[in-house]
Amino acid sequence: MDKKQKEVLESERFKSLVRRKWIVSYVLLALLFLVYYGYIFIIAGNKAALAVKIGEYTNVGLILGPLVIIISWGLTAFYVWWANNTYDKEVEELKKML
Amino acid sequence: MDNAANVVQQFSFGKPNASSITFFFIVVFITLFATYMAAKRSQKTASSYYTGGGGISGFQNGLALAGDYMSAASFLGISGMVALKGYDGVIYAVGWLVGWPALLFLIAEPLRNLGKFSFADVVAFRLNQKPIKTAAAIGGLLVLLSYTTAQMVGSGSLIKLLFGFSYELSVVIVGIAMLIYLLLGGMLATTWVQIIKASLLLAGVTLITILVLAKFNFNPGELYGAVSQKYGQTALEPGGFIKSGADAFSLGLALMLGLLGLPHILMRFFTVPNAKEARKSIVWATTWIGYFYIIIPIVGYGATVLVTRETITSIDKGGNMAAVMLAEVMGGSALMGFISAVAFATILAVVAGLTIAASAALANDLWIGVVKGGKATETEKYKSAKTATFIYGIIAIFLGISFKGQNVAFLVGLAFAVAASANFPALFLSIVWKKFSTTGAVLSILVGGLSAMILIIIGPTVWVDVLKHAAPIFPYKFPTIFSLPLAFIAGWIGSIIAPDLKAQELFEDEKLRTYLGVGVADAHDH
Repeated sequence: MDKKQKEVLESERFKSLVRRKWIVSYVLLALLFLVYYGYIFIIAGNKAALAVKIGEYTNVGLILGPLVIIISWGLTAFYVWWANNTYDKEVEELKKML
Repeated sequence: MDNAANVVQQFSFGKPNASSITFFFIVVFITLFATYMAAKRSQKTASSYYTGGGGISGFQNGLALAGDYMSAASFLGISGMVALKGYDGVIYAVGWLVGWPALLFLIAEPLRNLGKFSFADVVAFRLNQKPIKTAAAIGGLLVLLSYTTAQMVGSGSLIKLLFGFSYELSVVIVGIAMLIYLLLGGMLATTWVQIIKASLLLAGVTLITILVLAKFNFNPGELYGAVSQKYGQTALEPGGFIKSGADAFSLGLALMLGLLGLPHILMRFFTVPNAKEARKSIVWATTWIGYFYIIIPIVGYGATVLVTRETITSIDKGGNMAAVMLAEVMGGSALMGFISAVAFATILAVVAGLTIAASAALANDLWIGVVKGGKATETEKYKSAKTATFIYGIIAIFLGISFKGQNVAFLVGLAFAVAASANFPALFLSIVWKKFSTTGAVLSILVGGLSAMILIIIGPTVWVDVLKHAAPIFPYKFPTIFSLPLAFIAGWIGSIIAPDLKAQELFEDEKLRTYLGVGVADAHDH
């Protein structure tokens, strides 16, 4: 490990990047848990809530299922957008310092 | 009311008919052609064999990941579950998607930057190679063997139903075809087989969905109305699938975090050149898989109305033929033949993915990493990879035949539970925790894997369903609610009792590689 690498490793900039990466990851993971387990625990606790009709036959549950999938996809897309626009730019900057 | 027996007469699967045989050969032909093209481009190196040379794009890998993950169990099993059990099938389908975002947030990028051929490389990166590689390979193989057995047994009965071959012949066909792809073209061929299969599967399911919706004026509400009129509004509401919060929590943990420990999925991240493409692969995989699980309930409910539950169960009690029967009702024997061929390609692709991951565990981790102490020439590495593939392929055929007629439904659950409890905690801790030591990693893998297995055996799926005892000793279907925390605790205790100072130093050094990807490119070609 050369001197420059050590400098980057110990720089506040690198530490802050690593910190931010995990904050984004854990916050998104918490949202994912909230959405998925929210859905599951509603079913476990109150099945009738999903049977409430919102169309002639369509009920809340039939909308919630796909919605959980779409939100999960949205969280994935958000992470990639963040990583491409923020994380990667900082990575390039830090690599230049090596 | 139609007489079920008369209705059954109209279905032409199970007998070799012109269209299903034609599509069957078309699928075999295009996958073999892809293998031939891949074989021409492959080099005779371990890196080329395990990772396809690392030149797969994020988009391609996303499709291939979807191909690896959307097994016959998800396609035929979940559409059948919706057809017979209604909304419970939808709840199950949702659970299969939610692991993908978690895989992206926690594992994918560091995995790509630290690993080479298998996830064991990552766990062992800064720890003592031999004990870690042994433990990680055993954890990985346990998952792969359970998953492979479930797939082979499923394929035997399925191909028997679809094409009318005998069970044993079906298992042998799958085993041999998959070995041909792998031995000729390695990971590159597997990747293309996955891509072709995923595209065909998505196209086939989309076509059935459109045909079903066309019958109901493209209004899902009308389809739900027809379901409700035939089987009552309860078919559209949650039933007995989720029993208690704890049971549901345990299932969710296994499905979500199990994905993060499936060796054949993790291995796919070494086929892309960098962390950016690894990220892209997940977005694409999530897109395809999410789309698939959103439309698969339409197929299931379509089968409920257009095929009827009575007719579906008259062919197969588990409902596995629902989608295929619906295809025949909607598009005649031509569409049925196409869907059957797609189901066949699905089984083949998944088994191929499992086998190449197993060959990495056997040859790269155990043989080269442990027995040879990491010292081997390129030719030796390449040869051992192929030998391991062949051996595992034969084992897969043997497992498929010896488990004929057994209730293997618990094996997929076992695979996910062990993956979540043995592989995931060790992989995750090695990435994020500086003080994680060799002893901690080995303990974590052993405690997580063993507790998951024991709790499954004394739980409802084996103790009651397979061994026929009256009541389970452990109340939950999935053990993850206990086995996952146990694995983390074991990892923590082991790392405190036997700290690894050298590994702690290396942790700082590896950060540049984990987060910036420094040093990844040059590690790749060796």
